[in-house]
Amino acid sequence: MPLRDLYAHPCGDPGGGGVSAPVLSRRGFIAATALAGGGLMFDLRIASAQAAGGVLNAFVRIAPDNRVTIGAKNAEVGQGAKTMLPMLIAEELDIDWAQVTIEQTHADAAIFGPQSAGGSRTTPREWLPSRRAGAAARAMLVAAAAKRWGVEPATLTTRSGRVLGPGGRSLTYAALAADAAAMPAPELEKVALKDSATFRIIGQSIRGVDTPAIVAGKPLYGIDVSLPDMLHAVFVTCPAFGGTMKSANLDAVRALPGVAHVVPIKGDGAPESLVDGVAILSKSWWTANKARDALEIEWDDAAARAFSSETLAEGAKAKLAGKGEAEVLRSGDPDAAFAAAAKTVEAQYHYPFLAHATLEPQNCTARFADGKVEIWAPTQNPEAGRTAVAKALGIEPAAIRINLTRIGGGFGRRLMNDYMVQAAAIAKAVPGTPVKLIYTREDDTRRDFYRPAGWHRFRAAIDGQGRLTALHDHFVTPGTGGKAVRAGDASASEFPAGLGPAILYEQSLIPTNMPTGWLRAPGSNGVAYAFQGFLDEVALAGGRDLPTLMLELLDGATELARGPNQPPFKTARARGVIEKAVAMSSWADRARLPKGEGKGFAFYYSHMGYFAEVVHVAMAEGMPVVRAVWAAGDVGSHIINPLNAVHQVQGSIIDGLGQALVGQAITQVDGAVEQASFDTHPLPRITDAPPRIEVAFVTSEDPPTGMGEPALPPLIPALANAIFAATGRRVRSLPIRPEMFA
Amino acid sequence: MAISLQVNGRAHRVEADPDKPLLWVLREELGLLGTKFGCGAGLCGACTVHLDGVAARSCQTPVGEVGRAAVTTIEGVAATALGQRVGAAWIDADVPQCGYCQAGQIMSAVALLRETPKPDDAAIDAGMAGNLCRCATYTRIRAAIRAAAA
Ligand code: FES
Ligand code: FES
Repeated sequence: MPLRDLYAHPCGDPGGGGVSAPVLSRRGFIAATALAGGGLMFDLRIASAQAAGGVLNAFVRIAPDNRVTIGAKNAEVGQGAKTMLPMLIAEELDIDWAQVTIEQTHADAAIFGPQSAGGSRTTPREWLPSRRAGAAARAMLVAAAAKRWGVEPATLTTRSGRVLGPGGRSLTYAALAADAAAMPAPELEKVALKDSATFRIIGQSIRGVDTPAIVAGKPLYGIDVSLPDMLHAVFVTCPAFGGTMKSANLDAVRALPGVAHVVPIKGDGAPESLVDGVAILSKSWWTANKARDALEIEWDDAAARAFSSETLAEGAKAKLAGKGEAEVLRSGDPDAAFAAAAKTVEAQYHYPFLAHATLEPQNCTARFADGKVEIWAPTQNPEAGRTAVAKALGIEPAAIRINLTRIGGGFGRRLMNDYMVQAAAIAKAVPGTPVKLIYTREDDTRRDFYRPAGWHRFRAAIDGQGRLTALHDHFVTPGTGGKAVRAGDASASEFPAGLGPAILYEQSLIPTNMPTGWLRAPGSNGVAYAFQGFLDEVALAGGRDLPTLMLELLDGATELARGPNQPPFKTARARGVIEKAVAMSSWADRARLPKGEGKGFAFYYSHMGYFAEVVHVAMAEGMPVVRAVWAAGDVGSHIINPLNAVHQVQGSIIDGLGQALVGQAITQVDGAVEQASFDTHPLPRITDAPPRIEVAFVTSEDPPTGMGEPALPPLIPALANAIFAATGRRVRSLPIRPEMFA
Repeated sequence: MAISLQVNGRAHRVEADPDKPLLWVLREELGLLGTKFGCGAGLCGACTVHLDGVAARSCQTPVGEVGRAAVTTIEGVAATALGQRVGAAWIDADVPQCGYCQAGQIMSAVALLRETPKPDDAAIDAGMAGNLCRCATYTRIRAAIRAAAA
């Protein structure tokens, strides 16, 4: 399975705009400063174990009352990072969670290191550096106590923010603050970490740090930013992607009551930076938005309007029938395997473009003054935003300050920073005045970076014993000039590559003007459905079930190497979750289910996480209803925050059900997206949530990896395979429509 | 036009277009930012408030039509014992993920429990079906409502 997370593009944008992570000392450093009033601040900069040249910084501040403030450097998007990263520091600092206050830091790669929240990368990237940060601070406090008591540091222990010494002596961290600041900083790579058997915070279920503030309705989100004399803005762009502005009735709109400014914006045409448009500014966002009814823009969009879903699908089908334009992988001798096959299976699979539909619409606040910009942004990828704003406005990156807000859902949408560039460009037109840009829901749906649609034509060769001997996939994906669009490329490591069967993976491209991007489990979310759906067909054609076929294939190797910075795929870990899911779902008893019910299985490895899932469906009123889902995951040696880990899995499962069952598909007519809001691009509702979701974790020896994504990909094929078991009908195209069962 | 409003037990006078949705009056005129904008079309429930204790979509409620109805928002819902119980259940179950929908969810849950103090599973789903949660926290929304009803 591919590990096409964002590793290859650490800043989230392969086209440039990288986080230029400064190379500090390779070992990083720790500096401690005594604060006025007796506190202590540790400035911890640590060479990241996995992001070459990257640094992690966390500010740890110990107040005179022994309360500890920990800086959370990654934006909270619902993935739990704002709670989880400080847990790692607090664990090794050996303080009680009740002592901790968490502060969101601003964005600054030079100080904080990588701050992107995407690709489920935060956990693997920070597991060691964050803990070392806490351990180094603890070591300095211990050294200070040892000196004061005239004993060896090794004779001292710590507990709950105190250093404990012989004869019952003890001092709070706060009491040692001034001395600790003068201690030499330990070498971070060598600082001793706790034996994991003694963890007191890692592995505990800890509630989200902002949960009480959310429940109280506190203003935490980008959309809640309020500044004195702030204006609100809407930004109107060409409905057909790629259109440019010819003219607009700006003065007519300027004359409307309540409209403060109408600003034409000339962009560079790139959706990820700045497209042409008109901003309407008012003291009230509602007034600004109402004024757009009077706005008439003439677009130069003839070329853009030539694109539609219909022509795209026709083009894709024509390509699918032919030979692939490029070979992504040829291993073994697929031609010979097909020639020798006892049986072959063929099928085509398709999935549509999808929008992210974060519940908080894209928004950003910016103030431009004296050649500098201050930004308040709900962004998953602040440094890429800084680069894009600097380029679009022609200013130095250092002239941009980015404050991070809580984020009302990301799912990869906010790895792009188009709204940030737009807000900054609009603010530049009204120097000194803060401007808050908010997309309408319709803007948000129609100006996304969509999960690319895909088409697959599969062939499989099966031998006399029912074993898979060759797999051929011809994948048609949007792209031009030999390059697939963002999040649209095929992977040479797609399962079961490297595990025995001969493989031919081909790719062909079809042009689109749709901006595309990373949606939760990018590169895997659609592909997993196609591959695991087809492999279910292959398994049954060979007289076995999919778990059996998967386990057979996994016998083909113990480890498969992946790209740089990526751990190998370990077949034992895959086996572990498959066996767990089979056991917990009573898979073996599924023949006893009543008619019209069925269970389906799928496994997928993505974003370094191994997940096997079983879905139980029953047909009701002509549509499949999900009765239960079982998920078994292996994300390494520790589940850092079990409460949040389960939440991520539950959310991924219902998200996947939504993608398949409630009618999500983004389509295009005349170059523009047809869907506009939750009526035409629906999200799953509580009534779509299964009554039962069981989650189990299998732990392994490898370091912990992220939870935001890997539980999603296997869900859709498990559902599709369950529908086949229940009805005998194959789901070879998404979304699943009631007509399919008519 | 000058409009009088009762919000969270306090009297306010605002200068606003009577067509302006209550949502934007709360957010822009009264600085009550807890009520959220999700769609502006009555489809997501993020903007849910109470009018005389009954759940209403503030994005679909012109401020000129609020009249003398008592408006309760997420900032004021904990003033009642029921509101407090629901909030506590929400924290206990750690319902939020991104949290953006949760003000609306809590307002709908309180309205549901006021109407139906012991809802069964079907009544919970029916009562909450108008509130979207993109993070899909539905499992815990159900659990928190059951806990608050107990
Ligand atoms: S914002 Fe009112 S229902 Fe969505
Ligand atoms: S918690 Fe994110 S939308 Fe509900």
